[in-house]
Amino acid sequence: MSSTSQTAKAGGGRLAALTAWIDDRFPMTALWKSQVSEYYAPKNMNFWYYFGSLAMLVLVIQILTGIFLTMNYKPAAADAFGSVEYIMRDVEWGWLIRYMHSTGASAFFIVVYLHMFRALLYGSYQKPRELLWIFGMLIYFVLMGEAFFGYLLPWGNMSYWGAQVIVSLFGAVPVVGDSLMEWIRGDYYISDITLNRFFALHVIALPLVLVFLVIAHLMALHEVGSNNPDGVEIKKVKGPDGIPLDGIAFHPYYTVKDLIGVGVFLILFSLVIFYAPTMGGYFLEHANFDPANPLQTPPHIAPVWYFTPYYAILRAVPSKSLGALLMGAAVLLFVFLPWLDRGKVKSIRYRGPLFKFFLASFAISFLALGYLGLQPATPLYTNLARLFAVVYFAFFLLMPWYTSVDKTKPVPTRVTYHAH
Amino acid sequence: MRTKLLVLAAALVPVAAFAAGGEVHLDKANIDVTNKASLQRGASNFVNYCLGCHSAKYVRYNRMAADLGLTEQQLIDNLMFTGERPHDTMRIGIKPDDARRWFGVVPPDLTLMARSRGADYIYTFLRSFYADPAKASGVNNLVLPGTAMPHVLWELQGVQEAVWAGEPNAQGDVRHEFKEFKLVTPGKLSPEEYDSFVRDTVNFLEYIAEPAQLQRRSLGFPVIAFLIFFTLLAYALKKEYWKDVK
Amino acid sequence: MTETVDTGRRHFLTVATIATGAVGAAFVAVPFLASWKPSARAKAMGAPVEIDIAKLEPGAIVKVEWRGKAIYVLHRTPEMLKQVNAAVDQLRDPQSAQSEQPDFAKNDARALKPEYLVLVGVCTHLGCAPLDKLTPGDATVSADWAGGFFCPCHGSKFDISGRVFKDVPAPTNLPVPPYRFLSDTRILIGAEAEKA
Repeated sequence: MSSTSQTAKAGGGRLAALTAWIDDRFPMTALWKSQVSEYYAPKNMNFWYYFGSLAMLVLVIQILTGIFLTMNYKPAAADAFGSVEYIMRDVEWGWLIRYMHSTGASAFFIVVYLHMFRALLYGSYQKPRELLWIFGMLIYFVLMGEAFFGYLLPWGNMSYWGAQVIVSLFGAVPVVGDSLMEWIRGDYYISDITLNRFFALHVIALPLVLVFLVIAHLMALHEVGSNNPDGVEIKKVKGPDGIPLDGIAFHPYYTVKDLIGVGVFLILFSLVIFYAPTMGGYFLEHANFDPANPLQTPPHIAPVWYFTPYYAILRAVPSKSLGALLMGAAVLLFVFLPWLDRGKVKSIRYRGPLFKFFLASFAISFLALGYLGLQPATPLYTNLARLFAVVYFAFFLLMPWYTSVDKTKPVPTRVTYHAH
Repeated sequence: MRTKLLVLAAALVPVAAFAAGGEVHLDKANIDVTNKASLQRGASNFVNYCLGCHSAKYVRYNRMAADLGLTEQQLIDNLMFTGERPHDTMRIGIKPDDARRWFGVVPPDLTLMARSRGADYIYTFLRSFYADPAKASGVNNLVLPGTAMPHVLWELQGVQEAVWAGEPNAQGDVRHEFKEFKLVTPGKLSPEEYDSFVRDTVNFLEYIAEPAQLQRRSLGFPVIAFLIFFTLLAYALKKEYWKDVK
Repeated sequence: MTETVDTGRRHFLTVATIATGAVGAAFVAVPFLASWKPSARAKAMGAPVEIDIAKLEPGAIVKVEWRGKAIYVLHRTPEMLKQVNAAVDQLRDPQSAQSEQPDFAKNDARALKPEYLVLVGVCTHLGCAPLDKLTPGDATVSADWAGGFFCPCHGSKFDISGRVFKDVPAPTNLPVPPYRFLSDTRILIGAEAEKA
């Protein structure tokens, strides 16, 4: 018998005995301590640090609502559209579950983009967090796939034509393009067969992958410890007890703080669900209230708002294959940030004017491209998209230069913190 | 610096203006789905004039009656003519093949029309039929040129003609710049009464497109009030614990 | 430098927050659990079924489906009704005390109007569909058979009112569903009888 259980029995208390029994067989207390109650996070985390826990919350919401939607949804071309209306009308509270899921999808991307932007602000992708960043990027890619597959499921007219456009991008691949498209669709056109397999991918395959990636992401984080708005490595200055001087236990300090983030998020989430679930056609598109019609394209095909920055880049390029390539590059370049960034300074607080300029222009161009991707491709908008695409790529491609020559400020050894 | 960034970013967020399709100006329908009397009139209009050709296949009669404040007997007496039961959905007898033969196209199901085209579109559409001898049905529509739909409500509105402004174009066609409608044969309803009739009908279409809207808006208030209370409590809890952090 | 921790306030706030969160969680659970209730479509599909018995000859039986179950409607002849208690001492539950039927069917005829027998055609043993063996003396059932129903799966026997025999596997009489007459020629199965 281990010493823990002997002490517990000696100390009395059934709860203590039960805990000891579990701990002898499963590292429950050890995990609780290492991951939560004795995991030390920097005390100066700010607003930008809410979005990691919020992303986990949205993942849970999507899985829960998704499971209940799957109980009533029918993944066949003849029934899918009708089954969504069945959920909206005949299933008790079905409308609420549906709106939670559709709003959650957009919320996921809002939260994830803000979460990623935090990493750009504070250099959270820099050594020793490169692998943490890579896991995060993999989560982002899988999330985009998950959203794409999920969007076909309502089998509305935008679902159909959006899938048609994206799948036809794969036709741009030289030599194997046409076979690749046929292989993805499982048919000669987007059909019932395509719908059924996208259903399998959306409901079980990618969610499983996502859960494992999130676990890996958290393990990588806990291995190196969280970054902070000053970009200071808190593990470098420890007290006599081995605890970083600028560290505070995740529980109770950050569990309690994250609860506020959850509250504010749920308020905004509820405002959308109860008062503006379609969000003017951005979260639930108008054309998707028409059933899929292979003979009639919606007047403006645009992907859902969270894909439009990349869509704008695709459309801006006159050549189809080069456009597809550049669109892919725009997404993939994020992965290389830890190596493109030659700066020794992590946080924007201590970076020089060049980095601030490029980061600001990147943010503006990302938003501008997003807007332009939603508009029809007029000559003016196409030229603007080209301009902003250049700015977008410059952020990444010129980074080795401007991060080397930038005039940075000296980085403190301790974090800056004011009690609040 | 960051504030400047956020302000600039916010300035670029587009105002949600969704393209109404084409350049036709759409009149505002000014409907109110909480107006049960209007919904009841709209339901009657729909069943009498639209349901002959257009189904509303996702609408269940008994749920509609409950939402509109009608008893089952009132529902059966006023809104059900073809032997369906209250628990049935609003399907129609016209066969798709017949419809294609008579109109060239199957009249679309109208359940979700208000969510896909919008209330203003439908309101303007139903008031934009004009006499056109070149068409088999004798009418054309400004909002949907070349529509196969006849002017079902002509007895109520009367017959109007389109007045075009501007010079004939290269093909000698003057119908490229619309000026106004002119009522040449009055109908049973005055123009204001007809607008009201259409408004009630569009109101009903708005309701059937999303019956849950009657519930969701009223539920939002207690939910958000509770969440605000919870967030304030969480805030107080956070402040208390963070006194430890110096 | 350090102020003492107000553990009382800390404890109160913690409990209050957890309690509020629990209340919120309970409220959130409601729509998910409620979504399992029969939907409007299930209720519509399970709605009462109307059948027209104008063409149902005396001695004929018709079968319809209600809520996924077979419903037998038998137009009994006067001879059948005269022999309704022919096998009464071989019955397990002649008064229908244990079986499932509306109050109006707790009689020998087990029906609202004796000429029309409405039964749920599901054997109370393991759920097979009993065969109608309406002819008295039908040797395929037994020599002294007075007419009724016979379940081919395990040999359960029921009389002309669907009452179960002793010494057969089935424990109770065939159930009678709720029903009422809309007119002399129309029965609504699945709806409660009007209170007289």
